[in-house]
Amino acid sequence: MQEKLLELKNLKTHFQTERGVVTAVNGVSFTVHSGETVGVVGESGCGKSVTAESILRLLDEKSTRYEGEILYKGKNLLDFSISKMQEIRGNDISMIFQDPMSSLNPVYSVGNQIVESILLHQKCSKKEAYSRAIEMLRLTGIPSPEKRVHEYPHELSGGMRQRVMIAMALSCQPRLLIADEPTTALDVTTQAQILDLINELKLSYNMGTVMITHDLGVVAEVCTRVVVMYLGQVIEEANVEMLFKSPCHPYTRGLLKSIPKLTGDRLEKLHVIEGKVPTLHQVPKGCRFAPRCEFASQKCIEQMPELIEEESGHKVRCWHFKEIIGTGEGHYVNTSS
Amino acid sequence: MSILAANEEKPLLQVRNLKKYFPITNSLGNVTGQVKAVNNVSFEMKEGETFGLVGESGCGKSTTGRTIMRLVEPTEGEAIYRGKDIYRLKGNELMSIRREMQMVFQDPYSSLNPRKRIGHILEETLKIHHIGNKKERMERVMEMLNRVGFQSEQYYRYPHEFSGGQRQRIGLARALMVNPNLIICDEPVSALDVSIQSQVLNLLEEIQEEFKLSYLFVSHDLSVVRHISDRIGVMYLGELVEEAETDELYGNPLHPYTQALLSAVPVPNPAVKRERITLKGEVPSPLNPPSGCVFHPRCPHATEICKQKVPVKKMVAKNHAVACHLYV
Ligand SMILES: Nc1ncnc2c1ncn2[C@@H]1O[C@H](COP(=O)(O)OP(=O)(O)OP(=O)(O)O)[C@@H](O)[C@H]1O
Ligand SMILES: Nc1ncnc2c1ncn2[C@@H]1O[C@H](COP(=O)(O)OP(=O)(O)OP(=O)(O)O)[C@@H](O)[C@H]1O
Ligand SMILES: [Mg+2]
Ligand SMILES: [Mg+2]
Repeated sequence: MQEKLLELKNLKTHFQTERGVVTAVNGVSFTVHSGETVGVVGESGCGKSVTAESILRLLDEKSTRYEGEILYKGKNLLDFSISKMQEIRGNDISMIFQDPMSSLNPVYSVGNQIVESILLHQKCSKKEAYSRAIEMLRLTGIPSPEKRVHEYPHELSGGMRQRVMIAMALSCQPRLLIADEPTTALDVTTQAQILDLINELKLSYNMGTVMITHDLGVVAEVCTRVVVMYLGQVIEEANVEMLFKSPCHPYTRGLLKSIPKLTGDRLEKLHVIEGKVPTLHQVPKGCRFAPRCEFASQKCIEQMPELIEEESGHKVRCWHFKEIIGTGEGHYVNTSS
Repeated sequence: MSILAANEEKPLLQVRNLKKYFPITNSLGNVTGQVKAVNNVSFEMKEGETFGLVGESGCGKSTTGRTIMRLVEPTEGEAIYRGKDIYRLKGNELMSIRREMQMVFQDPYSSLNPRKRIGHILEETLKIHHIGNKKERMERVMEMLNRVGFQSEQYYRYPHEFSGGQRQRIGLARALMVNPNLIICDEPVSALDVSIQSQVLNLLEEIQEEFKLSYLFVSHDLSVVRHISDRIGVMYLGELVEEAETDELYGNPLHPYTQALLSAVPVPNPAVKRERITLKGEVPSPLNPPSGCVFHPRCPHATEICKQKVPVKKMVAKNHAVACHLYV
């Protein structure tokens, strides 16, 4: 068994807003071992990025409050001092952000930004850092990296900016990588190259990865385990084969059904999960998915189901999943071939 | 002229030999070369049509869109919208075209003013074009928020309080505010989970029918592009290398780059392993594009002629054009 690298225990993240406190992450628990890639998927706005940013404590702590435990190699990061957190960031844990433009500094060249992050975390000369930066850009498939290092973020394409972030995050060989939608701006061939690069680091340094993505094709290709979130909670967790073969939660089933296909009738209307996600100010008191769930009963509306381990390694938060699987309704449709 | 000349109808937009080169500077600020971001691109769009644009990261898709919107001036070429060359318009005429053409930007966060409430950001577009009074504008904003899947109370929130996918839908709502004719959608659903993505794509199709909208749809998701587009153009290193109707392109991809691209789509099924055509060699640079066919250094079928001669775009099947020496 590999070493337990990260363990989230009942993590809650509360924001103070103009209209009161909202809880964007509400009791999330999962574990990442070294050498493992855990996928996190879920509805837009369900708390994936906030979970990721909480792990590195990147949120503005004046208006944010954390609860629970974030254990990194057994130590709770929530107890760390600011300076100790700084050491962890980049050295041990690095993050690829969802929005490259808001995390790159517009007034510095991309080369300077990568060099700075290398110098911050590693002992080497500026010159060495520069050649390392160029090498990292080359590895992410940016052409003429020796010229491109002098450019500013706005001079690069969307996918190139994303790759600059990736280069920066990987330049210090982190033990744990948190990748928040790392390939959304990349074409599939470049994406394959980046996923291979991450895989190589995983093999050579035993790096653990949290892969946040809505691309279920990417999940199927690179993840060993998958956590599905809905409105701040984990609603299902399983190894990747199990999740695709026998999804239990109605939300997961709806999600898998909504994948647009590469073959077959393309004019068919796409499947949608009916209804809207409630805002964080009006969270349902029972099962959070109940208002949109075709199987919801009175019990679902009144009582929140716990996340229970249905069989070894497969957890689900639903009162009725056994009956639902029985109906075969929402069963996985083969999207391949 | 695009060789896929529109048959009967007059095209809505004709892009002809569009070029956009950016100067490249070194750390001292001296110009050391140029990026040929868009190099001789031509295509046409009909009224009510969705034209998909796909291709490698950095191949010039966003620049093509931005140049058509005239957010950047072209180096050369024309973009003719309803018979008028966009690059020759001034004053009021330009203003009214700016209302008819809207763009959904690839980077949602950087296009939203962080100090303004979402409702106000959306209302601004109406103000710029002097549409409606205060009450009507507010109603319109609420309606749009609802259509892209928000609750009315989200009107008062600031951009940083939204998730990546939520911001993307705000960008889309903003483009839809003024009832445009043509929307350039640059990766409009890239940050959405598949279920909300379906909602947004269905919405795009509904309003397309309702208002006979046209979309220039840029996306890396080849399943999404397939679903939404009538025709598709494939770009590589600033050039449009293949163009065909959707079913034809997916059923019969001709250009070796298109073939490699389609083979690399990850399959949402862990039990299936697909044989991917890996592109060999280093990615060529738009600073110094290869001689002959720009794809030749990475092409599995390249021969001597590919290094020397630029292939011309030819019509090889019905409404299917490709620029490749394999097809003579
Ligand atoms: N600073 C903040 N203040 C208040 N609410 C916030 C803040 N940041 C995020 N939220 C809210 O928290 C929820 C979770 O956001 P998060 O960014 O984690 O979503 P996500 O799962 O990453 O979604 P996406 O897939 O769209 O990126 C959203 O409803 C968002 O509006
Ligand atoms: N303002 C600018 N100054 C200099 N170079 C630029 C500028 N804008 C774009 N470029 C360059 O033009 C080329 C094409 O960029 P563009 O953004 O059009 O690519 P893209 O096809 O949209 O890529 P992606 O899929 O990664 O978004 C890139 O090499 C990019 O660095
Ligand atoms: Mg996010
Ligand atoms: Mg782009």
